[in-house]
Amino acid sequence: MAPTTSSATTSTSSTITLHVNGEKYTLPVDHRTTLLDALRERLDLTGTKKGCDQGQCGACTVLLDGRRAVSCLQLAVAAEGREITTIEGVADGERLHPVQQAFLDLDGYQCGYCTPGQICSALAVIEEHAAGWPSAVTADVRPEAGVPQLTPEEIRERMSGNLCRCGAYVSIVQAVARAAQSSDTRSSDTRSSETKEAAA
Amino acid sequence: MREFDYERAHDVTGAVALLGADPDARYLGGGTNLVDLMKSGVERPARLVDVRELPLDRVEFTRNDGLRIGATVTNSDLAAHPDVRRHYPALTQAVLAGASGQLRNMATVGGNLLQRTRCGYFTDLAKPCNKRVPGSGCPAVEGEHHNHAILGASAHCVATHPSDMAVALTAFDAVISYETADGPGKLPLAEFYLPVGDTPHLETALPPGALITGVTLPAAPVAARSRYRKVRERASYAFAIGSIAAALDVHDGVVREVRLAFGAVASRPWRARAAERALTGGPASAEAFAAAADAELEAARTLPHNGYKVPLMRNLVVAMLTELTEEAAR
Repeated sequence: MAPTTSSATTSTSSTITLHVNGEKYTLPVDHRTTLLDALRERLDLTGTKKGCDQGQCGACTVLLDGRRAVSCLQLAVAAEGREITTIEGVADGERLHPVQQAFLDLDGYQCGYCTPGQICSALAVIEEHAAGWPSAVTADVRPEAGVPQLTPEEIRERMSGNLCRCGAYVSIVQAVARAAQSSDTRSSDTRSSETKEAAA
Repeated sequence: MREFDYERAHDVTGAVALLGADPDARYLGGGTNLVDLMKSGVERPARLVDVRELPLDRVEFTRNDGLRIGATVTNSDLAAHPDVRRHYPALTQAVLAGASGQLRNMATVGGNLLQRTRCGYFTDLAKPCNKRVPGSGCPAVEGEHHNHAILGASAHCVATHPSDMAVALTAFDAVISYETADGPGKLPLAEFYLPVGDTPHLETALPPGALITGVTLPAAPVAARSRYRKVRERASYAFAIGSIAAALDVHDGVVREVRLAFGAVASRPWRARAAERALTGGPASAEAFAAAADAELEAARTLPHNGYKVPLMRNLVVAMLTELTEEAAR
């Protein structure tokens, strides 16, 4: 689990094993390596995008143990032992995940650069909502008030960590809403085991 | 970025021992602020002790003892916890008002308390900053300061504390627990952040090498009637230009108990005790709310571009207390 000094080639690098999309990858990393750079530059998983590289744009969003996180502020060495899901692990082979299909059907993008992060974030938004989490625009956060409807206002707030410089927000909100509506019927869906845990 | 050693701690004692007395070592929680500051060169640790897996990830509530929050509880888990939402709703609202869903999943409660100011001069290595390089000067006083402090600042530093969560914790009399090599200790949040004075680089009263282990909120029935409101320059995912946590107990039109704390107006979350004193035992009226705000803001010292924060905070006090009064009447 934890990197040990015995496996470290120097005190400033370690040999780590990352669990990504169900696969194990063992690689030496300089401790300064972010998860984002490890995914893209070392594992050739370039679906995850680098935007601002300072946690402000959401382009690098992945799922860590089923929860969305920005991989640019996550050190790779500190991600050892966690289940990492990237955009490459969302579909079931050639069959798109309903969130991906909704983005495609409703044009939830223009250039597409922010889309992998948008989709990973949207997957988590739907799970967080299903788990009953309120948001900053939820009028009454007390549990007695129940789960808020996933209105466009709620979706915009919950997706606010993902910027789209093309400004495709209107379509993105529609895509997330459609994917959320269909989530009840996804009994045989392709969600990873980690995201199922997040809803439990 | 400077090269660094990385070690992962599995228990509190081990974490404190790993960090030791090394001034170049830092605890790593979610990393959402520290890793960012390491990238920009503001922080240059030679060693990181990862504390994210410490068994400090529980939130527990009892009616007698209040709320106990472990230091590694994520911001998301704190905000979503049913007992927090039920008994301290302003705390849930404050946490949800901060950052983004991704960052709240990563960020820990301990790290949230210790996050650094977002003053642009602090994060710009090309500029002087008394907080970053003591004695180098403060360009904000005569420069870009429209979002800087109006309370408790000094000529040496006018930066604000960026946390939303800490504002609600301040209103609820939070106590910070920590561990050191010499044993555990506690600090009321009111004494946790140091006055700015001429030492803005010294931010907290934590002993060197101390690890925050948790936060305790005493039982406070008034907290069940609380709210947090944040004013910012866009609708979401931005730091506050002014915020308020308020709790109010009104009976027959008289204020029995009130809690008020301000955010984004000082180097620390600002407990508005003068306003609370002015209100307690008096009428719950818009006039009294405005007078109480004025009593608190009498101490405000503004700069050319942040004077708007005085009427902003006054309006927030009146609006929030009016809403809470109306809610109590229903």
